[in-house]
Amino acid sequence: MTTADITSQSRTAWLAFDKLGVLIALIAAAGVFLPFAVYRANRIVLGEGVLISSALNAPWAILLGLVLLVGVGMMLLRVNPLAKLGVGFVVLATLFVLIGQSATFLTPPDNTFSRVSPGAGFWLLTFAFALMVTDALTRLKFGPWQRIGILAAVGVAMAALLWSGAWNDLSILKEFATRAPAFWAEARTHLLLAFGSVAIAIFAGVPLGILLYRVKPLRAAVLNTLNIVQTIPSIALFGLLIAPLAWVAANVPGAAAIGISGIGVAPAMVALFAYSLLPIVSNTVVGLVNVPEAANDAARGMGMTNRQRLFSVELPLAFPVILTGIRIVLVQNIGLATIAALIGGGGFGVFVFQGIGQTAMDLVLLGAVPTVALAFAAAVVLDAFVEMVSTRERAQ
Amino acid sequence: MSIGLVIRLLVLALLVAFLVSPESFAFVFEPLTKNNQPVIYNQGSLLDLTLNHLLIVAIATALATTVAVGLAILVTRPFGAEFLPLSRSLANVGQTFPPVAVLALAVPMLGFGTAPTLVALFLYGLLPIFENTLTGLTGLPPTVTEAARGMGMTGRQRLVRVELPLALPVILAGIRLSTVISLATATIGSTVAARTLGEVIIAGLLSSNTAFVLQGGLIVGTLAVLIYDGLSAIERALTRRTGQGARANA
Amino acid sequence: MIEIQELTKVYGETTVVDRVSLTIGAGELCAIVGTSGSGKTTLMRMVNRLVEPTSGTVLIDGQDTREVPAYELRRRIGYAIQGHGLFPHRTVGQNIGTVPHLLGWDKSRIANRVDELLSLFQLDPGQFRDRMPNELSGGQQQRVGVARALAAEPNILLMDEPFGALDPVIRSKAQDDLLAIQKRFKTTVVLVTHDMEEAIHLGSRIAVMDGGKLLQYAAPEEIIANPATDFVAELIGGDRPFRMLSLAKVLSLVEPGEAAGDPISAGASLREAYAECLWTGREALPVIEDGKLIGRISRNELAKCAARPS
Repeated sequence: MTTADITSQSRTAWLAFDKLGVLIALIAAAGVFLPFAVYRANRIVLGEGVLISSALNAPWAILLGLVLLVGVGMMLLRVNPLAKLGVGFVVLATLFVLIGQSATFLTPPDNTFSRVSPGAGFWLLTFAFALMVTDALTRLKFGPWQRIGILAAVGVAMAALLWSGAWNDLSILKEFATRAPAFWAEARTHLLLAFGSVAIAIFAGVPLGILLYRVKPLRAAVLNTLNIVQTIPSIALFGLLIAPLAWVAANVPGAAAIGISGIGVAPAMVALFAYSLLPIVSNTVVGLVNVPEAANDAARGMGMTNRQRLFSVELPLAFPVILTGIRIVLVQNIGLATIAALIGGGGFGVFVFQGIGQTAMDLVLLGAVPTVALAFAAAVVLDAFVEMVSTRERAQ
Repeated sequence: MSIGLVIRLLVLALLVAFLVSPESFAFVFEPLTKNNQPVIYNQGSLLDLTLNHLLIVAIATALATTVAVGLAILVTRPFGAEFLPLSRSLANVGQTFPPVAVLALAVPMLGFGTAPTLVALFLYGLLPIFENTLTGLTGLPPTVTEAARGMGMTGRQRLVRVELPLALPVILAGIRLSTVISLATATIGSTVAARTLGEVIIAGLLSSNTAFVLQGGLIVGTLAVLIYDGLSAIERALTRRTGQGARANA
Repeated sequence: MIEIQELTKVYGETTVVDRVSLTIGAGELCAIVGTSGSGKTTLMRMVNRLVEPTSGTVLIDGQDTREVPAYELRRRIGYAIQGHGLFPHRTVGQNIGTVPHLLGWDKSRIANRVDELLSLFQLDPGQFRDRMPNELSGGQQQRVGVARALAAEPNILLMDEPFGALDPVIRSKAQDDLLAIQKRFKTTVVLVTHDMEEAIHLGSRIAVMDGGKLLQYAAPEEIIANPATDFVAELIGGDRPFRMLSLAKVLSLVEPGEAAGDPISAGASLREAYAECLWTGREALPVIEDGKLIGRISRNELAKCAARPS
């Protein structure tokens, strides 16, 4: 039904208006008339919004206006999605470069207290054009490698932007500048927590899944237990692990020496591991159960031993499903690792909760933006992997 | 089944008893405290906090259900077909946003208190319901929709009499998922001063009082398990009635 | 040679296979026929011990199958099933090479064998070796499935409804291929089917099963002429004369003489010849072999062949 609609519409003249484009253009229009940047005398006071016309010096403001005009025009018209994608990226790049420019423009010389952050207008414009880019990407149906390539290109562009110093006058980078060593240390902790817990969960969960697949009576009991673990709120689980781990650290010889303690990374790691088990174990079981009966029968009939069958037929066929479980868990843990900060476990959550405490939203962003970016990148890359390993089997 | 039901009722009764008269259970938590710390949370009534917690979750989930199901119906009609691919990707991208980030980012717009928590729960709750409703409405057996069309049902009749009833179990699964996530996420709302059970846990974390952490965690965990269980039972009953067990999704 | 002695399989309260004994000679094609639930598949699966018998023995060339580990036994016996059971994650070449690989053949020997089998089944090795199973048509998948079963040059080939998922045209082609290959390699084949027509067409002997019991085990002519029970007669159906005719070739009934009209090939079945006589209203048909006229076949003689043997 829907594909037929889309094809019939694409046959109409390219001058026709695009329904989705009209909606996005309205969002963008609202963005143009809202403050592009926010100026504050210091990092905590309420700021005042500045419209595009006064947030940039005239040539830049005119350039932005023109770019936005072209961008909105492309949105409204039914043109090739590839063209929309290109224009969308150009507009986003312009917005990103000019918000830094605006910060430099608005910051009075030699004033280290004043802060400039992106305003509602900037966010809405970014949102609108991100929608345009997402829609174009969805319609273009790129292959897995192409998607990873686009992600890498965007990453490199962002790194170059940050490296060039174009954003140095933005508030979020000022927050960064005052705590750069802490930022990198927390980043390492965050990655260690997220990836480490998933790695341990894979090592424990896949064999457990295989066991549950082979020993049917255990299956429901173990999966239900893991299901209950998932429903415990993360803060509570983190908190509840403090006491037992403190006891282990105090009473098991050598435990403290390898870094186990009641607060800090250890309980966070254990809690994240506990949350990761269910998706990995249940996806392993589901993947193995769904291996075609005929393939299994043929493998047995040709004289494969149980071990040969597991490694050369069952696990390879279940792999896409297991990988999907890993994808779910990795994205989930990158987000959940922020909670670790509440029990002294570190990670980007440190900045989020400090920022909430100090009502310094730029500090919240310093923690939240890398977390979201990391989770997003992990989702794109692993989705691509899942697609790669599944398409080989399916007829294309 | 009946034994399971007895256990569930027992757990519920225990929870209610604890909420009404927490002091009677002090002996359970006594061993977890040190240096004469208070055993039972004393900065507010546990019952009030629990009811408030449930209220926030209920409002957020009800709003999220209305909006998500409405949007999913819209993008699966011919009129909204243009929005379908984008809305699918958005639901996908949205789920990569950690709840804490959504919560923290709602604060600048709404200030501290219940409002940002409600908004964060609403936004985060939209995704599973939207995704499942889409799955339910687009994954119907083609023979059924074809038959409905062939019998001369109008679009609205097909939606109300065939598509929605058949998609209901999958939609309910989405609501269940969303509710459980919201129950847990609401605890984090306490970091932005929402009155939820997170208060109890955070108070425990700040004063190193494991008894508090356990109380908060146990109440939320038990609520989550009971609600998860109850909604699953409803789903199973619905699925059995339409005999399409295989289609239910996570 | 496969000797099945008093073979029984009991699941809980139900006896699925009940004291079945039969001997399948080397190079024979034994078709086991029955309805679903007759125990025919279980009987076959006990030969390579995919199902362990409750009691009774299976001897292969005089050796008790329980003397070797099940997986080693299975590597010596080819196995092809309905819906082919190809491994979807492996290429056609890897699929065919599965058992040789398990047996530890070296790479070049496996590669040669794969190409040889692909050519044998009229699949161009260069084109098909590296394809994935899902890129093949149903008929091609089925051929790869049989090729895989034959890869390690087994003396025995077990086939469970191997042609069940094919359309009639491809099916009859696949059956002829099987007969040609069986004749060429002198493989002993045990084939399970629910289709009596297929059993009569392929089997040198037919075993009819019902309710776990072996009702009759005999050559197709014998089964058609003298069905042991009403059930066997029912399986054969009402067109027994035509089934009889389908068993022999025109060559066996050629007589000297001439006849008018289009000739029929000496390799065609008597059933086809009789049908041609009826359809064109002729008393006799000229017979050709390799393009040369070798005589004629008459309607009267054909009709005699269709009568119940005395």
